[in-house]
Amino acid sequence: MTGAARTRTGTGTGTGTAVRTTAGRVLRQVLLAVGLPAVVVAVWWVLSAGSTSYFNPPLSVIVGTFGDTWFSTPFDQSRFVQDVVPSVLRLLAGYAVALVVGVVLGVAIGSSRAFRAYAEPVLEFFRAIPPPVLVPILMLFLGIGTSMKIVVIATGCLWPILLNTVEGVRGLDPVLRDTARAYRLGRVATVRHLMLRGASPQIVTGARQALSIGIILMVISEMFAAKDGLGFSIVQFQRSFAIPEMWSGVILLGVVGVLLSLAFRAVTDAALGWYLGYRQSQHGGV
Amino acid sequence: MAGRRLPAWGLGAAGVATLLVVVELAPRLGIVDARFLPPTSQILGALADRLGTGEFWVALGQTLTTWFTGLAISVVAGVVLGMIIGSVPLLRAVTASTVEFLRPVPSVALIPVAILLYGTGMASTLLLVIYASFWQVLVQVLSGAADVDPVASDTARSYRFSPLTRIRTLVWPTTAPYAMTGLRLAASVALILTVTGELLIGTPGIGKLLGVAQSSGAVASMYAYVVVAGLLGVVVNAVARGLESRVLFWHPSVRGERAA
Repeated sequence: MTGAARTRTGTGTGTGTAVRTTAGRVLRQVLLAVGLPAVVVAVWWVLSAGSTSYFNPPLSVIVGTFGDTWFSTPFDQSRFVQDVVPSVLRLLAGYAVALVVGVVLGVAIGSSRAFRAYAEPVLEFFRAIPPPVLVPILMLFLGIGTSMKIVVIATGCLWPILLNTVEGVRGLDPVLRDTARAYRLGRVATVRHLMLRGASPQIVTGARQALSIGIILMVISEMFAAKDGLGFSIVQFQRSFAIPEMWSGVILLGVVGVLLSLAFRAVTDAALGWYLGYRQSQHGGV
Repeated sequence: MAGRRLPAWGLGAAGVATLLVVVELAPRLGIVDARFLPPTSQILGALADRLGTGEFWVALGQTLTTWFTGLAISVVAGVVLGMIIGSVPLLRAVTASTVEFLRPVPSVALIPVAILLYGTGMASTLLLVIYASFWQVLVQVLSGAADVDPVASDTARSYRFSPLTRIRTLVWPTTAPYAMTGLRLAASVALILTVTGELLIGTPGIGKLLGVAQSSGAVASMYAYVVVAGLLGVVVNAVARGLESRVLFWHPSVRGERAA
């Protein structure tokens, strides 16, 4: 009985400490995450507060115009629906095309030494062309419509994905490759279980780079010629010297970039759960 | 297969030849409109014509200067900051959210800001280049510093390595492949943004000439500049890769390719 009581008290204290440390840890994490950004924003706010500079309006003014500029009423007529949503949809469409084409081609090229040697110089050349340079050329073929923008985004996003997939497939553990061969894994099973799995951390790396290039191209394709879009709006504000509105657009573009990268992280964390778990187990469960 | 007999460069040359022939034939056979895609011979003709002008070489020099300056600044800053932040857990924790927030902010968002602040000069484009390529290096170096083998790390601790020895013998060898990847990525991203800045802002360089060719409807010249931009990128990649395999001669990915 004493033993049982002692045990119960023991566990009680244990849980209490655990709860306290968990709460402490969460608080600590929140502080760490919010601390520096809060300081930066505060410094910007204070430094720009009395700013009379035309190009560098006070942050309070920028924040004030933010709502009116992007979320005016009625909502379906606001710039957010008219400009931001089409931009993001074009980005996602181009990105999806690049992802599929890049991974398929990448596995094909990465798994055949001869094919890799044949295609590499040409791919290197196309990869090396700065994608924005293709905008004037694609404008010749496709005009200035939506399809031009999607193709621009897709061609820009393709190369990092393709290259990383090739590298990932090439860098597979030779032992695993030989094991797959020794077990006479079928072609489909080899691609699915060995190549895609083994290369997936690399593919994710490529996809992450592609996402940032895609956002750049989303904006650039609209800066050349467009009737709507986030990039178009920002340039329009700049050309008409609507400076606080321009800054609000720059901030919104940043926020869009951050949200997309958070979404990307959520998707890849789920897809790469096995890899992260493997790494974590190597770190001794920390 | 032919691949067994032909050496790798022979296959590569065949690949390039295929591309040249396809681009030559497609407009001549009417598969694509020759006003949109001139045959290879015309593009190369325009290219040769451009190469003969002083304007071209001046522009090339300007592009390379902007590119190299921007890249050098961001690589040095990225490696130094990345190693410092990556090896101090507290710094890493404090900066993580800020890095995560700023990194995805597209550099082109800064174009209007850069134009207002610096006009159309080199500084505008440099701002874009540095902003974009710095994160490439920093993020790679950070993930490299986090990838240090825990057993090796514990071993270093039990041998009481000084922080400097630790960085030199443990953190750097783990980080080096990541840093070199970062350098390679940053080199091409910097070139992309150099040309983009020239094209959109009007900073003097190859991109500006391309913009001029576009607005005057000189399609063959336009392709010639695209080829130049692409070749520039190929050279940049080749140099970065050569550097990578030289620095990382001990790394399995480099060794495997060489032995084969």
